[in-house]
Amino acid sequence: MSPNTLMILSLVIPLAASIMCLLLKNQHNLRDGLTFAATLALFATVLSMAFALEDGAKFSLNLVDFAPGISFAFEIERLGLMFALVASSLWVLTHIYGVGYMRGNNEKHHARFFACFAFAIFAALGIAYSANLLTLFLFYELLTVSTYPLVAHKGTPEAIRGARIYLGILMGTSIFFLLPAIVWTWSITGTMQFTPGGVFNGQISPLFMGILLGLYAFGIGKAALMPFHAWLPAAMVAPTPVSALLHAVAVVKAGVFSILKVGIYIFGIDNLYSTGSSEWLVWVAAGTIIIASLIAMAQDNLKKRLAYSTVSQLSYITLGVALATTTGALDGALHIVTHAFGKITLFMCAGAIYVATHKTEISDMNGLGRKMPFTYLAFGIGALSIIGLPPLAGSWSKWLLLITAAETNHQIVVGVLILSSLLNVVYLLPIFARGFYGGGVVQDGVPWRERIQEAPLFCVVPPCITAVCCLLIFFYAGTIEEFLIPITNVPGQ
Amino acid sequence: MSDWVHLAIVCVVLVPLFASPLAVIVGYRTFAFAIAWIASGLSLLCALILLMAVKDGTVLSYAMGGWAPPIGIEYRVDAANALVLVIVSAMAFITLPYSRETIRQEIATRHHTLFYACLMLCLTGLLGVTITGDAFNVFVFLEISSLATYVLVSLGAKNDKRALSAAYDYLILGTIGATFFVIGLGMIYQATGTLNMVDLAEKLSGMEENRTVRSAFAFLVIGMGLKVAIYPLHRWLPGAYAFAPSSISAFLAATSTKVAIYVLMRFMFSVYSVKFVFELDLLEYIVMPLAVLGMFVGSAVAVYQANIKRLLAFSSIAQIGYMLLGIGLVSVEGTTATMAHLFNHAVTKGALFLAVGAIIYRIGSPLVRDMEGIGRQMPWTGAAMVIGGLSLIGVPATAGFVSKWQLLFAAFEKGWWPISMLIVASSLIAVIYVWRIVETLYMKPVPAGRDVSEAPLSLLIPTWVLIIATIYFGIDANAILSISEVAARSMLEGGYLGDATIVGEVGR
Repeated sequence: MSPNTLMILSLVIPLAASIMCLLLKNQHNLRDGLTFAATLALFATVLSMAFALEDGAKFSLNLVDFAPGISFAFEIERLGLMFALVASSLWVLTHIYGVGYMRGNNEKHHARFFACFAFAIFAALGIAYSANLLTLFLFYELLTVSTYPLVAHKGTPEAIRGARIYLGILMGTSIFFLLPAIVWTWSITGTMQFTPGGVFNGQISPLFMGILLGLYAFGIGKAALMPFHAWLPAAMVAPTPVSALLHAVAVVKAGVFSILKVGIYIFGIDNLYSTGSSEWLVWVAAGTIIIASLIAMAQDNLKKRLAYSTVSQLSYITLGVALATTTGALDGALHIVTHAFGKITLFMCAGAIYVATHKTEISDMNGLGRKMPFTYLAFGIGALSIIGLPPLAGSWSKWLLLITAAETNHQIVVGVLILSSLLNVVYLLPIFARGFYGGGVVQDGVPWRERIQEAPLFCVVPPCITAVCCLLIFFYAGTIEEFLIPITNVPGQ
Repeated sequence: MSDWVHLAIVCVVLVPLFASPLAVIVGYRTFAFAIAWIASGLSLLCALILLMAVKDGTVLSYAMGGWAPPIGIEYRVDAANALVLVIVSAMAFITLPYSRETIRQEIATRHHTLFYACLMLCLTGLLGVTITGDAFNVFVFLEISSLATYVLVSLGAKNDKRALSAAYDYLILGTIGATFFVIGLGMIYQATGTLNMVDLAEKLSGMEENRTVRSAFAFLVIGMGLKVAIYPLHRWLPGAYAFAPSSISAFLAATSTKVAIYVLMRFMFSVYSVKFVFELDLLEYIVMPLAVLGMFVGSAVAVYQANIKRLLAFSSIAQIGYMLLGIGLVSVEGTTATMAHLFNHAVTKGALFLAVGAIIYRIGSPLVRDMEGIGRQMPWTGAAMVIGGLSLIGVPATAGFVSKWQLLFAAFEKGWWPISMLIVASSLIAVIYVWRIVETLYMKPVPAGRDVSEAPLSLLIPTWVLIIATIYFGIDANAILSISEVAARSMLEGGYLGDATIVGEVGR
C-alpha cells in the first residue's frame, strides 16, 4: 500500500469503529469484538507506517483548501508517528480493559462510551498527523468535544460539574489563547506550515516572541501548565478507562505533543535559544512540577493523586522544550512515551482496585495488596517507572533531562528535578506499601477484605502488560531516541 | 448566459412579488404552499445566476422599465448584494417546506394562505432592498418587507398572545427606524437632487462639510441601525424572534438583519465614501464600541434566558456585534469578515432556529427547562443543536469558525490586538450559553411521562440541510471567503460605483 493509503486507513479505522459502535447499540459482544479487531488493525497499520517511514516513505496529503494559502493537510514526521504509535498501541490494551471495566462495574451507555472513545483516538491521530497549525487546531478541538461525553459519562451532578470544568478550561484556553496565537502567527509570517527550524525569521522581537510562546503554552491547555491545570483532576470523575487512555495518554499527550510541535516546528529550537524567549517558560514548568507534586501528596483520592502527578510529569516535557536545546526537545519526546506507559499502568491498577473493591480513597486501601497481588505488582512497577528508577522506562527521560538542565546551566532546575523525583517517591510508594500493611475494617461481622479478590482478568492483564512494557522500553530507549533524532535536524545547517 | 442574467435580475424580485397575490387568489393552502415554494426556488435560481455572473468582480446594471438611471430605478448587482440575495432566497426556499408542517400547530388554518402571501411579500421586500441601486427604492422595499414581517410575527399569537405585543413593539420601533431613514433620504435628496446611489456618491463627494449631508448620514445610520438591531437599538429583536412562528424566527434571524447590515454598509462605503465615514471618526468612536458592547451584553444576557428562542435572539445581537466590528475595522479584511459572517451566521442561526422549532413542535414549550434530556429522545435534532451551537462558539470545521478566523485575522492585520482579545473573550461567553443547552439536552434525565419521538422528516431535512451547509462551509471556506473578498473590494474600493455591464435595454 502506498504511504498515503496507510495514513488514510489509520484514520478511517477508528472513525469507522466509532460509527459501528453507535450502530450496534445492543449487540454488546459483537460491538466490543469488532472494536477490538479495529484496535489491532489500527496498531498494525501505524506500525507498518513506522517501518515505511524508516525506509524513507513520505506521508503527505492535502485534504481541502480552507482559504488561499491555508489548507487542511496531513504530513507525518517522526514525532507525530511516535505519538500515533503510543496512542494506537495503548488503545488495544485500554479497549480490553475498558470492556472488563464497563461490564464488571455495570456502567451504562456502552455504545456511546466506545463510540466516543474511538472518535477520540481518531482526533488524537489527526493531531499527530497535522501538517499545519490549522489542522492541529481542528483536531485539538474535536478531541475536546468528543471526550466531553466520556468525562460526563456517569451523568451524576458531580460528573456534570467535572465535565463542565474540563470543557470550560480546555475550550476556553484554546479559544482565548491558542486561536489568537495561531492567527497572529499567520498574520506575521503568512504561513502555518510546520517547518523544520521554525517559521520566524526575525519578524518579531524576542519580547513578542516570548508573549506568543506564552499564548501557545497556555493556549494548549491540554498540556496542563499551571494555572490552567484544574481540568485534569476535575476530569477524574470519568470512568477509569477514560482516565487511563485519555488523561494519561491521548488528551494530555496531545497537549504536550502540540507544545513540542510548536516549539520545534513553529518557533524552532535554535530560534528559542538565541532569543531566550522561552526562559520564563522554564520557570513556569519547574514551578508546575513542584507545586503539582506537593498538591498530589495531599490527595487521598487515588485518581486525583495520579491526576496531579500527571500535571507534574507533563511539565517535564514542556520543560524539555523550554530549555531550548535539541537534546531537551528529544528528552521531552522520549518522556511522552515513558510516562504514557508508566501512568497508564497506574490508572489501570486504580481502576482494577475500584472494580474489585469500590474503594477510591487511598486511606481505605490498607492490606489490599495481599488479595490483589498482580494489580499491586503492576502498580509498583508503574510507580517506580514514574519515579525514574532503573531498569524502568522512566529513568531514561528523567536522567537525560537532568543532564540537559545541567548542560544549559540551569542548576536550580536540576534541583527541581531531583526534588520532584523525591516527591514522587513520597506520594506514589505509600500507596503501594499500604497494600501490604494495616488492619481491615469490619463490615457485616466479617473484615471486608475477606470478600475481596482480584478484579476480572480483562482488568488485570492489561496493566500487567504495560508494566512489562515499562521494563522493555528501558532497554529499547536507545532505539526510540535514534528514531526521533531527525526531528531536530534543520535543513541547511 | 447574458439572456439568463437579464431575466434573473428582474425575476429575482418579481417572481415572489407576483406569487404573493396568487397565493391568496388560489385560496387552497396546498396550492399556496406550492406557489410560494416554487417562487422562492426560482428566486434562488436567479440569485445564483447573478452570483455566478458577478463573482469575478463585474457589476451588473439594469434599468427598470427601460428608464435610464439616474432618473429611472436602477437595479445594480455586485458580489456583495448577490451574496445577500442568495442568502435570503435560499433561506426562504429551505424554511418553506418546514413551515408547511409547523404552521399546522402554530397558525389557524384559515390564515395559512395569508401566511404564504405575507412570507412572499417579506421575501420580495428583502430581495428588493438588496438588489436596488436606488436609495428611495430601498425605503419602499424596506417598508414592504417590514409590514409583512409585523404580520408574520403577530401570527404567532395563536399559541402565545405575547406575539401581539412583540409585533407591536417591532411595528413601533421599525417604523421609527424607517422614518429616520426616509428623513435622511429626504435630506440628501434636498442637498443633491438625486436618489440613484451611484449618482449620489458622485455628488456627495466634495460635500463632506455640508451640514445637511452630515445630519442626513446620522439619520440614515440610526434608522438602519434600528433595523440591524445594533446594540442598544435592539429592543424589538428578542420579542419578535421569540414569539414569531418557528419557521419565521429562522427566516428572520437568517435574513432581515443581514439585509439591513448590507444596506448600512452600502450607504457607509458606497453612497457616502469610505473617506467621509472615516473622517467622521464615527466608526472608531461609535460603531466599534457599540459593536463590542453588543458582543458582550448580547452574549451575557443570552446566558440567563429561560426561553430558548430568546436565548438565540440575544446571541444574534452578539453576532451582529461581530459583523459591525468587521465594518468598523475599515479594511478589506474586516469587510470580508463581515460579508462572510453574514452568510455563515445566517446558515448557523437558521439551522439552530429550525432545530429549536422542531423541539418545540414536539414538546410544545420553548423553555430550556422543559427540554431536559430531549437529546436522547430526538437524537437527530439534538445533534443538529450541538453542531449549530459549536458553530456559534466558532469551533473549527464549522462555518462560525471561518468568519471568526477572518475577523481575528483582520484585527491582527490592523494591529488592533486588544480588539482580537475582545472577540475571543466574547466567544467564551458563547461557550457558556451553548453548553447550558447541551447539558440540558443530554445530561439531564428525561422527565417521567414525556414520551416524544424524533421530529418528522419534513422538519429534519431542512434543519440538516443547513447543518450540513454549516459543516461544509466550515471546511471548504474558500468559496465564501473569496466571494466575500470580491464583495469587500467592491464596497471599499468603489467597484460598485465604477463601470457596470448594462443588462437589458435602456431608453426604449
